[in-house]
Amino acid sequence: MQKYIAKEKKDTRSGFGEGILELGRKNPNVVTLCADLIGSLKLDAFIAEFPERFIQCGIAEANMISVAAGLTIGNKIPFASSFANFATGRVYDQIRQSVAYSNKNVKICASHAGLTLGEDGATHQIMEDIGLMKMLPNMIVINPCDFNQTKAATIAIGEYIGPVYLRFGRPSVPIFTSPDQIFEIGKAIVFEEGKDVTIFATGHMVWKALEAKEILEEKGISAEIINIHTIKPLDEQAVLKSVLKTRCVVTAEEHFRNGGLGDSIAQFLALNLPVNIEMVAVNDKFGESGTPDQLMDKFGLNTSAIVSAAQKVIARKNA
Amino acid sequence: MADILTLKSVAAQVRRDIIRMVHGVQSGHPGGSLGCADFITALYFEIMQVNPENFKINESDEDLFFLSNGHISPVWYSVLAHRGYFPVSELATFRKLNTRLQGHPTPAEHLPGIRMASGSLGQGLSVACGAALAKKMINDTHLVYSLHGDGELQEGQIWEAAMFAAAKGIDNLISTVDFNGKQIDGPTEKVLSLGNLHAKWESFGWIVLEMNGNDMQNVVDTLNLAKSNTGKGKPVVIIMKTEMGMGVDFMMGTHKWHGNAPNNEQCEKALAQLPVTLGDY
Repeated sequence: MQKYIAKEKKDTRSGFGEGILELGRKNPNVVTLCADLIGSLKLDAFIAEFPERFIQCGIAEANMISVAAGLTIGNKIPFASSFANFATGRVYDQIRQSVAYSNKNVKICASHAGLTLGEDGATHQIMEDIGLMKMLPNMIVINPCDFNQTKAATIAIGEYIGPVYLRFGRPSVPIFTSPDQIFEIGKAIVFEEGKDVTIFATGHMVWKALEAKEILEEKGISAEIINIHTIKPLDEQAVLKSVLKTRCVVTAEEHFRNGGLGDSIAQFLALNLPVNIEMVAVNDKFGESGTPDQLMDKFGLNTSAIVSAAQKVIARKNA
Repeated sequence: MADILTLKSVAAQVRRDIIRMVHGVQSGHPGGSLGCADFITALYFEIMQVNPENFKINESDEDLFFLSNGHISPVWYSVLAHRGYFPVSELATFRKLNTRLQGHPTPAEHLPGIRMASGSLGQGLSVACGAALAKKMINDTHLVYSLHGDGELQEGQIWEAAMFAAAKGIDNLISTVDFNGKQIDGPTEKVLSLGNLHAKWESFGWIVLEMNGNDMQNVVDTLNLAKSNTGKGKPVVIIMKTEMGMGVDFMMGTHKWHGNAPNNEQCEKALAQLPVTLGDY
């Protein structure tokens, strides 16, 4: 069985920066917008190459989202970007009316999602953004797991017509997916096969799930690791196929339990194949200041939490 | 191009339609719709270059209009229908189940003429800015128009967009404020005073014009003046004085008909003041 090796670490937002540059070269209709955060969003290379296709909106995110919606009427493909908190919660009504309900080809690209934003603390650490976005009809929700996947996802959403929420992060994290991957929206990826438990993970938690796989193996537990990069639409067939085999589930995400990946999987399974589920997520609590690693440990979003959850859910299954 | 008498006769029929639509479903917003009937008629029958026979939602090669104060949808629907975007008979479905004429305008029901949902206030100026920027990017010289309620200017996003439009030199945009001085809870002056609107827009970097929105000749002249002021590096705004409820005596001079439908007797009384000009749907 292939082991995933991380030779290098990079932030997923840099994957967005490289992806948008490559996409910009391919498609002249692609334009970018930002609200005074071009360095954080890694837009410098795109702006240097296509200055006339970048719109600096200043600290006015509501205007940015609606301007992006207006740009689609001239057949532009706007990528509106900011921190995840300001790109979703702050502008929910603008996204709801001008993007989702109007079904406009706007890509909302959000960095610094979740706890790993770190020291800035809870005002900036949004952990309800997946939930906010997935509740909107017409909206696609994607949370890639590493630099390469984020880059591939950025290019892929430019080729899809319709509203998309693309969520990525600030810290350097292991790169373990292929640089040549083709990103398929809505298609789960089985990273490791197993028979005792299925671990569905998204974003930064995918690497931790792969680490957990090895620890579980030492304990004689065979875990299937599935990367759900697209939370909506959920790859229901992939979920069903795996859970029919393992009959119990762990979900792992850097997000609130309410509204997150676990919530989507639990809803689907409750209606189709009820099984025991454990969720590794933040439960109804705001974040705080700290380093990304400290915070992930304190809030129970780490490898050992996934291992414990897997042991617990298997015990429940066998009880 | 239509003459003033023709425009007035279209606007008269539009006013009848507004009353009948709102009465027919016993809901909707007649006051602001009546006030803006002359303006929307002038836009679609005289000022804008549009292509109703071949409507495309993402069309660039024509003038564009965004109704930011979406609650006055009856006036827009009526004008669009008479301009040929969809059958006039469809006005009878306004706000009813399965209609394309939703309470607030939306492209979700694929009604020709509508490119963006509006209703939640304050977003349309930003949308118009985006559409105008796109036109500049593709070297399309057509113009973008938007309409806003005066109460709507209490939304902060309007002023984000006002700053943005001037900073980016969006000079292919003509925005109009329906300055009727009334909103749901009462006179705008009492609810939340807008202060000196002319000075506000000017200080934000816009070319500011004023007009009487219920004088068709003045509307056409001012819109033409606004057009001649495009391409000068600044966005253009028209502060349009109107009378809420214009054309129906008992609906004027009060905010009470902002969002109320007339009963049978009131409807009859209103229609008696509005001549049939193009035929009722």
